[in-house]
Amino acid sequence: MATEPATTDEAFRAPAAFEEEARREGVHGVGPWRLGVRRLRRNRVALFFGFLFVLLVLVCVAAPIWSKQVAHTGPNENHLTDRIVVDGEEKDVVALDGVPIGPTWQGEFFLGADKNGRDVMVRLLYGGRNSLVIGITAALMTTVLSIILGLLAGFLRGRTDTAIRGLLDVMWSFPVVILGVALGVALALGGLQLGPINISGDSLLITIFVIGLVYIPYMARPVRGQVLSLREKEFVEAARAQGASPLRVMFGEVLPNLASTVLVFFTLLIANAILLEAALSFLGAGVRPPNPSWGTMIDEGVDRIATAPHLTIVPGLMLVITVLSLNVFGDGVRDALDPRAKVRLEH
Amino acid sequence: MARFVVRRLIQMVLVMFAVSILTFLIFNVIPNGDPAVRMAGRQPTETQIEAIRKEWGFDENIFVQYFTTMKKVFTGDLQSYFTQLPVGEEILKGLPRTLSLAIGAAILWMLVAIAFGLYSAVKAGKFADRFLTIIALIGISMPVFWIGALMNYYLGFKLGIFPNGGYVEFTEDPIDWFYHLILPWTALAILFIGFYSRVLRSNVLDTINEDYVRTARAKGLSERQIMLRHVLRNSMIPIITLWGLDFGAVLGGGAILTETVFDLQGVGQYAADSIGQLDVPPVLAVTLFAAFFIVLLNAIVDIIYAYLDPRIRLQ
Amino acid sequence: MSAPEPAAPTPSDAALLDVDELRVSFATEEGVVQAVDGVTFELRAGEVLAVVGESGSGKSVTAMTLMGLTRSPNARFEGAARYKGTELIGASEDELRRIRGAEIAMIFQDPMTSLNPVQRIGEQIVEQIQEHEGVPDQQARERTVELLDRVGIPRARERVDNYPFEFSGGMRQRVMIALALSCSPSVLIADEPTTALDVTIQAQILHRIRELREETGAAVILVTHDLGVVADIADRIAVMYAGRIVEQGTLDQIFYDPQHPYTWGLLGSITRVDKPRPERLPAIPGLPPSLADRPEGCHFRPRCPYEFAECSKVPPLEARVGGRSAHLDRCWLSVEEKRDQREIRPGEIGLSAAEGTAA
Repeated sequence: MATEPATTDEAFRAPAAFEEEARREGVHGVGPWRLGVRRLRRNRVALFFGFLFVLLVLVCVAAPIWSKQVAHTGPNENHLTDRIVVDGEEKDVVALDGVPIGPTWQGEFFLGADKNGRDVMVRLLYGGRNSLVIGITAALMTTVLSIILGLLAGFLRGRTDTAIRGLLDVMWSFPVVILGVALGVALALGGLQLGPINISGDSLLITIFVIGLVYIPYMARPVRGQVLSLREKEFVEAARAQGASPLRVMFGEVLPNLASTVLVFFTLLIANAILLEAALSFLGAGVRPPNPSWGTMIDEGVDRIATAPHLTIVPGLMLVITVLSLNVFGDGVRDALDPRAKVRLEH
Repeated sequence: MARFVVRRLIQMVLVMFAVSILTFLIFNVIPNGDPAVRMAGRQPTETQIEAIRKEWGFDENIFVQYFTTMKKVFTGDLQSYFTQLPVGEEILKGLPRTLSLAIGAAILWMLVAIAFGLYSAVKAGKFADRFLTIIALIGISMPVFWIGALMNYYLGFKLGIFPNGGYVEFTEDPIDWFYHLILPWTALAILFIGFYSRVLRSNVLDTINEDYVRTARAKGLSERQIMLRHVLRNSMIPIITLWGLDFGAVLGGGAILTETVFDLQGVGQYAADSIGQLDVPPVLAVTLFAAFFIVLLNAIVDIIYAYLDPRIRLQ
Repeated sequence: MSAPEPAAPTPSDAALLDVDELRVSFATEEGVVQAVDGVTFELRAGEVLAVVGESGSGKSVTAMTLMGLTRSPNARFEGAARYKGTELIGASEDELRRIRGAEIAMIFQDPMTSLNPVQRIGEQIVEQIQEHEGVPDQQARERTVELLDRVGIPRARERVDNYPFEFSGGMRQRVMIALALSCSPSVLIADEPTTALDVTIQAQILHRIRELREETGAAVILVTHDLGVVADIADRIAVMYAGRIVEQGTLDQIFYDPQHPYTWGLLGSITRVDKPRPERLPAIPGLPPSLADRPEGCHFRPRCPYEFAECSKVPPLEARVGGRSAHLDRCWLSVEEKRDQREIRPGEIGLSAAEGTAA
């Protein structure tokens, strides 16, 4: 016949015995992160594209090497009147009627030249650097600001939430391209003054700032939503019952759980940022000449698409491959972290 | 329901007000430097700048500036300092073209996306699904102006299957109007087809796993009935909201890029040309109207959504 | 202690449903999960069979497999389930569709999510009626209103056009019952019909199910984890553990002369209002095995205080009590040993380990 435990000690030992039993029976759990990584590892297509993206980044980072060692020219150097030897034949870099040479598949002018006689390959790599830096940095900016806004709105509620939500709604009302264009144009002439920091209208930072700002509603809203739902979860209540301050709860409990949402969005955000930069630069509201970017290159190329299609095709193709890699990889990450595990067909 | 509509419309007006303030801030306050110089565009003269300053009230306080700006926009008093043409008129001229592009593309992308998305979901995991997913992913990875330019060049210029850009008025020749819009519609739709077919696929897959679909199956209904009457109908509801939002986005953003490439001379191209010249008044007006249109569309979509989902309607 | 003699089996003797060594497995990321492992039972017309077990025992999968609702690319089936002669397990989709709703109908666990939220409840019932019997719309609607009335929905005529969210949980479950009965099925499968409802509503719903069973003569398979729910309504009980039926018999046999230690544990863990409160809430120690990795031999062995060497062999489901061919169990212990060991307190059946082995 059971009796009350003689000491509180014994009462506490009972759960430990249970754990011991569980351990003996081999019951164990795998955390969601490990599970996610495991699933991602199995998704070979996503991994391939992930590596492809990294490879593209590295290639663009190596732009100076190509520029110095292989092409022997910089991204902004004109060679309007030069002549080069292709397959034994001597040709004009830019012909008399203004048509630049197409891809030579040689070290110099590997992918041909543009209307100013600049090496397309070199510009492609340097432009890639710009496009990628802008895309990634803007995405980072959006992410950081979205997390802050989302946490504040979701956690503090009340007037802070209403104010932030109102701001997001208003920003949301502007189509991305239009808002980007508006800001781009407005800031192009005078630059921006953020407190003591004065950014010139021609700087890449303006484009980063514009793109980073424009995407905030797209990420802040889901973050806010997640925070709101996480807030009600038991482990948050438990932390507060232990006396943790709101800030501590925000960072200690809520933030790690946001991580998976943020991660998926971040990957896709970079893809969209790169596309937006291309669009803005194409219109003239993004990267300003003579700085190269894939967008400006397409802009210049479209003018002469009839005579020199390679000027349009090359940067566009590079853009598509880069963005596609990010999208496929991001998709894979999302699938891997999705709590609804996909069931395999092999039996 | 009536109460909901009224509430939503009031909300709409408030947001429009906030939008106008934000637009004003973007163009006249946030950037560094002299707003009059900015407004004057490229290479203005001193007299021009002074005249602009007086006209827009830049030497007065910020509230006066705001009201002056809004008055100019809404009374059609706005003029481009670069082309010397009134902004309002130019926008109205280009509107039917932009609408033709946007509406046609929207219908195209919706139909194709539903077909692709549903088919993908039904064949989930099989080759057809993977293939369509890859196509969709490529679609959303392509800049619309790039693919548009290439299509125009290869299919229009080189192969001559389609006209080489340009726009024909519907009233002039409906068939030619249609013919000229096929390529632009396709280019614009590609991006959205990619996006929407995947959203629909995901929604359908989610809905298929819902308990009430299991109940429907237990009732002895055929798979086709279950798909159409239960799954598709329930999956479509969130799509409609997105569709409404994106239609606005197309009108605003996508149109700019596509019109330029195909030389359609719509509002988008007007804005694009102004951007290139850093001509502020047209960009200001287009931004404001685009945002207004989206706010209006949002309100309409919300009202339609409430009508479709009885849970919201009957509260 | 003596056990009362089993009552004669209810109404007809013909087996409506004949399940024979049913096995269901699913391929998952963690490996092959054997959800149902050799389930055999019969269902006769008009009787109520309760299938009792914990989560993961395989009871819901068994029930849903009978209607073909577990079919998917990663599911594998073995064994047979015959309904009035028609084989269900390998049946074509067309055959199954004919049977679903009209011959065998199901009431699901969560009425909140089991009804289409954007479709009126009247429409949902009419849909089923029209699928199986092409009657005129007006007639189908009349029948629906009658059904709703019969299950106890007040003002049925007005409420037939309401949406599911306009009903409370208990009312929604009644709607589901009405839906299930709309085509007068011969078999009603109720999968944990009261689990998602308040205790007070539970009794009402069960009462209603019993009444309707008497009115319509349908056989009922009641799937539940709650033995208390069963006591009022069941004719026979099948106790499931880790994919197998471990004991099967009439209501009285199971409650008064249980033959399997797991059943003792279940009985011992029922909280009783009419008995003095125990010091500690009794529970069966340990955890059910993972269905992807089950122990050799008797599945209950790791948690059984009476296990011995023989238990490493799978005990077959057999009648071991003399003179009772309907009372089956899977335990190697002799009947005398069982009757001796199962009483932990005079007159009370339970699992000795559940009372705690601490001093």
